[in-house]
Amino acid sequence: MSSASPPGPDLDLSPRPGAAPIPAMLRHQAQMELRLLSRNGEQVLLTLVIPLVLLVLGARADQIVDLGEGRPIDIVTPGILALAVLSTSFTSLAIATGFERRYGVLKRLGASPLPRWGLLVGKVAAIVVVEILQLTVLSGVGLALGWEPSGGFVAVLQMLGLVVLGTAAFGALGLLIAGTLRAEATLAVANLVYVLLLVGGGLIVPLDRYPAASRHLLELLPSGALGQGLRDTFAGAGPQPFCVVVLILWAVCCGLAVSRTFTWED
Amino acid sequence: MRVTQPAVEIVDLVMRYGDTTAVDTLSLDVAPGTVTSILGPNGAGKTTTIETCEGFRSPHSGSVRVLGLDPVSDAKRLRPRVGVMLQSGGAWSGSRAHEMLRHIASLHAHPLDVDLLIERLGMQAYGRTPYRRLSGGQQQRLNLAMAVVGRPELLFLDEPTAGLDPQARRATWELIDELRGHGITTVLTTHFMDEAETLSDQVHIVDSGQVIASGTVAELAVSGAEDTIRFTTTPCLDVGALMTALPHDTKVTEPAAGSYVVTGHVTPALVASVTAWLAEHDLLTGTMHVRRQTLEDRFLDLTGRTLR
Repeated sequence: MSSASPPGPDLDLSPRPGAAPIPAMLRHQAQMELRLLSRNGEQVLLTLVIPLVLLVLGARADQIVDLGEGRPIDIVTPGILALAVLSTSFTSLAIATGFERRYGVLKRLGASPLPRWGLLVGKVAAIVVVEILQLTVLSGVGLALGWEPSGGFVAVLQMLGLVVLGTAAFGALGLLIAGTLRAEATLAVANLVYVLLLVGGGLIVPLDRYPAASRHLLELLPSGALGQGLRDTFAGAGPQPFCVVVLILWAVCCGLAVSRTFTWED
Repeated sequence: MRVTQPAVEIVDLVMRYGDTTAVDTLSLDVAPGTVTSILGPNGAGKTTTIETCEGFRSPHSGSVRVLGLDPVSDAKRLRPRVGVMLQSGGAWSGSRAHEMLRHIASLHAHPLDVDLLIERLGMQAYGRTPYRRLSGGQQQRLNLAMAVVGRPELLFLDEPTAGLDPQARRATWELIDELRGHGITTVLTTHFMDEAETLSDQVHIVDSGQVIASGTVAELAVSGAEDTIRFTTTPCLDVGALMTALPHDTKVTEPAAGSYVVTGHVTPALVASVTAWLAEHDLLTGTMHVRRQTLEDRFLDLTGRTLR
C-alpha cells in the first residue's frame, strides 16, 4: 500500500460478485417488509385497530342496523375477519407498493440480485404473517365477546381456504391499482375502496339484508363473496361454491391484468 | 486470438417515449477497467441510455450488451455482477440508512464489510435516521454505498455527486478511482466538467440522444480547439502585420481598443512569436493570458450555449 492511499479503514474493494442463496434473499426481503409494516402506525391502525373497534361495537350492532336473525356477534365476527383480509391484502399492499414505485424502491430492488418474483414472495410472506396475527387476535377477541362459531375444525380449514382466495383476489386488485396509478391516486383509491366495501360491500352486513337488486351485484364483488363465504362457513353450512368461483375469477382476472400493466415506476 | 470484450457495447440504440425520441442511434463502447463519463445537458438521453444498460427497458431498436450479455434476457446472470446507483430514490422512505444498506448487502453472496464501508463514506452519524429525513447528500452517499456493497465488476452511477458538498464529492471520486485500481469498470453520467476531467479515461458527450463527441479529456479539449492568447498593449496596432509574423492559421483581432486576441493552435512557439513581435516593436504588454480550451468550452461549443 502506498502512503498516498486514502485515509480510513482497510476496505477490500476487489470485485467478488454473487447473489446470496435464494432462501436467504427471500427471508431477508420478507423480514424487511415486516419491519417496515410494523413501524408504520397507519398500517397498524388500518389492519388491527379499526377491525378491533368495529368488532367490539359490532357486538351491539343490532341496535343500529338490522343484521337479521341470530346473535350480532356471530354475524359480525366473520365479517370482521373478512375486513381484516381486505385491509392487509388490498389497502395496505396497494399503498405500500404505490409508494415503493414512487420512491424507486422497486427499481432499486429490480437491479439487485433479488429476482422479481422474489419481491412478490416477500410481500406475500409479510401479508401471511400479518393475517395470521390479525385472525388470531380478532377471533380471540370475538370468542371473548361470546362468538360461537359452528362447523368445528372443518370450518377452520374452509376459512383458511377462503382467506387464501380472498387474499389472492384483493392482492391482485391492489397491485393492479398500485402498478398503474400514481402513488397519491393509489392512496386515495385504496382508502376509498376500503371505506366503500366496509360500508356497503357485503363485507360485514349479510347479503340477505340488502335489497334484492343490489344483493346480486354484491355477490359478484370479492368483498361480498368473502364476507358471505365466511359467515356461511361459521354458521356451519360451508361456503357456497358460487362465492369460491367469484373469488377465483377476481384473482385470475386481476392477476392477468397486473402481469400486463404493472410498471416498475410511476 | 481473443479480442478484449467491451464491458458495455451499445450499437445504434433507439429509445422512444410516445412520440419523443429520447435516444437516437446512440453507439458507444466502454473498455473494461476504465471510468467512462457520459456528459450531456438535461434531457440529452443519458439516464435513458444508462437505464437501458441496467435492463429496465428493452431497446426499441439497436442493441446493448453488458459484460457480453443482454441486459433484459440475461438479467438474472447480470444483476449480481452490476452495481447500480439511481439518480434519485431507491430506498423505502421509512427504512433507516444502515438498515437499508445492510438489506442490499444481504442480497449478495460476498458483500463488502458494511461497517467499514459506512466508515469509509462517513455515514456513521445517521445510521438510524429514516431515509426520508436524510439530506440530499446523505441520500446520495447511501445510494453510492448500495451500488458498491455487492462487490460488482461493473458500476452504473447516474449523477453520483449531484447535491454533494466538496468533501463528499472528493470522497466519491477517490472511491471510484480506487475501484478502478481494482479493475472495476465505472460508467457515470454527470453535468460536472471537473468531475469528467478528474475521473474519466473516456468521455462521451451526448446531446439529443446521440453521441456527438468521444475521446479522452485531452483529445476532446484539443480536437477542433481554438485556444487563445489575450494581451493588452498600445491600441490600434497593425494586427495584419502581426498576423504575417505568425503561423498562417492564426488570427489576431482587437475586440476592444488596446485589447488583443490571438486565436489558433497555441503552442509555446506561438507565445514566443507573439512576444518577440511585440519586443521588436518595443511594445510592453499590460497583461497576457494564455487560455487553452477546457472540456467545458468544448461541451458548450458542441451542445450550444443557450438554456433549454
